[in-house]
Amino acid sequence: MATQASRSAARYMISPSVIMLFIWMAVPLGMVLYYSFRRYRLLNPERAGWVGWGNYSNFVFSGDFGGALVNTLILVLGVLIITVVLGILIAILIDQPLWGQGPVRILVISPFFIMPPVSALVWKNMFFNPTNGLFAALFDWLGFQPYDFLGQSPLTSIIMIVAWEWLPFATLILLTSLQSLDRDQLEAAEMDGAAPLARFWYIMLPHMSRAITVVILIQTIFLLGIFGEILVTTSGGPGTASTTLPFLIFKKALLDFDVGAAAAGGVIAVILANIVAIFLMKAIGKNLD
Amino acid sequence: MARAATPARKTVNTIAAWVVALIIFFPIFWTVMTSFKPEPVAVAFPPVWFDFPWSFENYQTVIQLRGYGQFFWNSVVIAFGSTILGMIIAIPAAWAMAFVHGPRTKDLLMWMLSTKMMPAAGVLVPIYLIGKALGLMDTRFLLTIVLMLMNLPIIVWMLYTYFREIPGEILEAARMDGASLANEIIYVLTPMAVPGIASTLLLNVIMAWNESFWTLNLTAFQAAPLTKFIAGFSSPQGLFYAKLSAASVMAFLPILILGWFSQKQLVRGLTFGAVK
Repeated sequence: MATQASRSAARYMISPSVIMLFIWMAVPLGMVLYYSFRRYRLLNPERAGWVGWGNYSNFVFSGDFGGALVNTLILVLGVLIITVVLGILIAILIDQPLWGQGPVRILVISPFFIMPPVSALVWKNMFFNPTNGLFAALFDWLGFQPYDFLGQSPLTSIIMIVAWEWLPFATLILLTSLQSLDRDQLEAAEMDGAAPLARFWYIMLPHMSRAITVVILIQTIFLLGIFGEILVTTSGGPGTASTTLPFLIFKKALLDFDVGAAAAGGVIAVILANIVAIFLMKAIGKNLD
Repeated sequence: MARAATPARKTVNTIAAWVVALIIFFPIFWTVMTSFKPEPVAVAFPPVWFDFPWSFENYQTVIQLRGYGQFFWNSVVIAFGSTILGMIIAIPAAWAMAFVHGPRTKDLLMWMLSTKMMPAAGVLVPIYLIGKALGLMDTRFLLTIVLMLMNLPIIVWMLYTYFREIPGEILEAARMDGASLANEIIYVLTPMAVPGIASTLLLNVIMAWNESFWTLNLTAFQAAPLTKFIAGFSSPQGLFYAKLSAASVMAFLPILILGWFSQKQLVRGLTFGAVK
């Protein structure tokens, strides 16, 4: 049905988006590559020049990089495991017949809409604070010593905050997928004497597998970039205990004013994200046909 | 299940689900409660639950002392500005891709999505340098453009998945009746596409409102939105829990309510149509 005229009209309608996105991608990528091979410090801009792989070796061997990479992986994996496992359990629970499913959904999805600095500061001050936080009160009530969450285990605490923010997303998507499951199939399995665990393992989980893949991939993309939560809770500390890759780049660029090193870090971050992206694209691309 | 659940089982499910839901919601509830407390009560240990003199004093203090209005206005301009600008650019593109299938439509869509995979931290340096060179640092303009470009792939994708569900025969009929391309879009397509457009708008406003990488790194004061306003509370300043809570409630309440309305569309929008 597409005529020659509508084809060329379509091209004009698509091109603004394509051109803009191309510029948005190509110009920064080109610049970040360029600067990653240049010496450029904002406080001392006269001394500029090519430094080969100097920025990369600086960034990679600075001592902070290895830790930041490990922290990034722990943060991403920790949040993924918590949100997917709890998400599956909560989705199955909410999918059962119950009174007030609508309000329950609304309550569960709510944390997703809270802006990251708010979530992080509420948790930091009103929950994690060792002298007057709610966890301190809970520990006190149970007869334990209060625990300095952000001081003693900063990364775990940040994982808890971020998991709280993303659990609603995982739950909602898994619930949506579960609701499309054919009820007759479950019922037939029940009649044939399949135990609840068997029904979960052989029917529900395979049915949700696609949604689980999508949750993992999309969350990974966002989790690799977690920034605001770290900035307002620990600023990457104590020491570098909660410094992740994005935070390290931010530190190099806007605190140390070392554009070259930050650019080298940026290139590394882009490469890492692309490895994840390839898998995500495959999963979503399947749906297009 | 076809076989009705027994009342006992339904009761147990209901209680379990509500307990889980209330635990997940609890931090939001507690923030709202704290925002009505006097500061000494807010930091009391053990915590005070309901028995305190409720007041709106914290809200008044935050509004008066901290220039809340400007931050709020910046958030509105940036979130709605970037989304509406993105829609203007994305609607024709999504329309064309949905109704004029070219050989490369799929590749184009996947390529657009791939630009979204670029980590913000990776391109912080260039955007920062460009912003500085053009004298655009700490302007709403820069932030609006950056957030628009960041969300453009999602906007195109969401619109595309909605437009694709509109039957093409209707457009053909309109064309037979002599409708021009512009008329086709304005009178035939738009009314059918309004629900999809509305939920795309809603979800992207929410995401732009809560965006906390560029909004924190590209603004100082003039263009600073609510994310920056709240981040200002990160260093302790005497008794401040109640004021922090009041400021937080004012920052999230409008968007939380919008979010409740958009939750049905959320899944499909955020999974690029992969889960419906």
